[in-house]
Amino acid sequence: MVAEPVFTPVNLITGFLGSGKTTLLQRLLGDPALADTAVLINEFGEVGLDHHLLERIDDTMGLLQSGCLCCTIRGELSAAIRDLHSKRERGTVPRFRRLVVESTGLADPFPILSTVQADPVLRHHFRLGNVITTVDAVNGMAQLARQPECTKQVAVADRLVLTKTDLTDEPTTEALTARLRRLNPSAPMWRSEAPLDAAALLAHDLFATAGRSDAARRWFAAEMALRERAGTHDRNRHDETIHAFALTFDGSLDWTLFGLWLTMLLNRHGERVLRVKGILNVAGTDAPVAIHGVQHLVHPPVHMAAWPDADHRSHLLFIVDGIERVLIERSLQAFLGLPSRSLAAA
Amino acid sequence: MCALCGVLGGSGHWTDAAARPGVFTRNGDGLQRRRERAHRIACASGVLKFYGLTLSDWQASSFVLSTATGKTELVEDLGHLWATAEMLLGRPCDPLDPDLIVRLEAHGG
Repeated sequence: MVAEPVFTPVNLITGFLGSGKTTLLQRLLGDPALADTAVLINEFGEVGLDHHLLERIDDTMGLLQSGCLCCTIRGELSAAIRDLHSKRERGTVPRFRRLVVESTGLADPFPILSTVQADPVLRHHFRLGNVITTVDAVNGMAQLARQPECTKQVAVADRLVLTKTDLTDEPTTEALTARLRRLNPSAPMWRSEAPLDAAALLAHDLFATAGRSDAARRWFAAEMALRERAGTHDRNRHDETIHAFALTFDGSLDWTLFGLWLTMLLNRHGERVLRVKGILNVAGTDAPVAIHGVQHLVHPPVHMAAWPDADHRSHLLFIVDGIERVLIERSLQAFLGLPSRSLAAA
Repeated sequence: MCALCGVLGGSGHWTDAAARPGVFTRNGDGLQRRRERAHRIACASGVLKFYGLTLSDWQASSFVLSTATGKTELVEDLGHLWATAEMLLGRPCDPLDPDLIVRLEAHGG
């Protein structure tokens, strides 16, 4: 039997009400590769429709019962995961190697993520894996316009799955795709009617693939595309306060100064820095260091195996809400003591 | 202990990540940790001076953050530094503050 990993990855499946989270989960769990996955679902309201729609209910499934995951049951989520861990250690549930948490459509994903990373017990046994966000192609545009949670769910996603594309026309889907790309240019996107690669959705995260030389390129591929399109792509619209941008630095940077700056930025503006993602050329280190943060939460920095190509510059991608790119750029430059020409915005 | 939630245990802050395979950290051997602490104090002091604050080492396990009038707080890691600085000052420490940026630029970072 294969032993479970030292740190069990925790995936979050999020997405607005009716966007097809449970259907996606149902499909993913049908994949034999995910047979050793434990699932925690959240029941919202009295009926618990999500629960009844799921076919796969076994010993490793727990049901969270008190309202919305984001605001009321952070403690319960922590307790539910601890309970699963305890049962696994005692051998009363199968030795699962992955945990998937399905949030309610109204949930702000951040508290769920921080529960896994901040809980003093969980953080020694679990680590965050990919966040998968479902977006309904029929109602997605309206939900993004009206619901801040919906926008945030898209911005923090590592993977986007566009659902119900068979129920709408191609121009609508294309317009929504373009909007999602502006909100989150780096997350690979799937359409739910296409075959889904469960491993690519759930398992190919930064930490799991950092040892492979091609991982850096794939992990940052979308950011590279954003940079290459810099001269021609349409700028973020002024009516969209959430926007993404990339910064590139020449030369190596001081890790401590960078840490000091990012910590200060997140302390004051963490709620508006929806995502920061970067590959850094750190002074005194041969291989790149990858950083990945969602609001106040920054994952442990990953030491990647090697540079993917001859470009050894540092690249940082930000998705922010209402913060001017030029301010972040100038502030970082000032902290690092860089001349202005060494940092270019894409 | 986490000042915000009262949870006992190591900081777990990303700038002090525990050394394990695949994780980048300067929290390795004793010498590297000492060197990083000294560098961290030097870097932080370069910014804190604009707020009239000083930072020093305390027993190689915490930092001491002080105001010019002697108000002092212990700080465990960078995760708590700025929140504590704001508490001592009674005003925000904003890295996007144009005045701070101008002063840092004038001093070469």
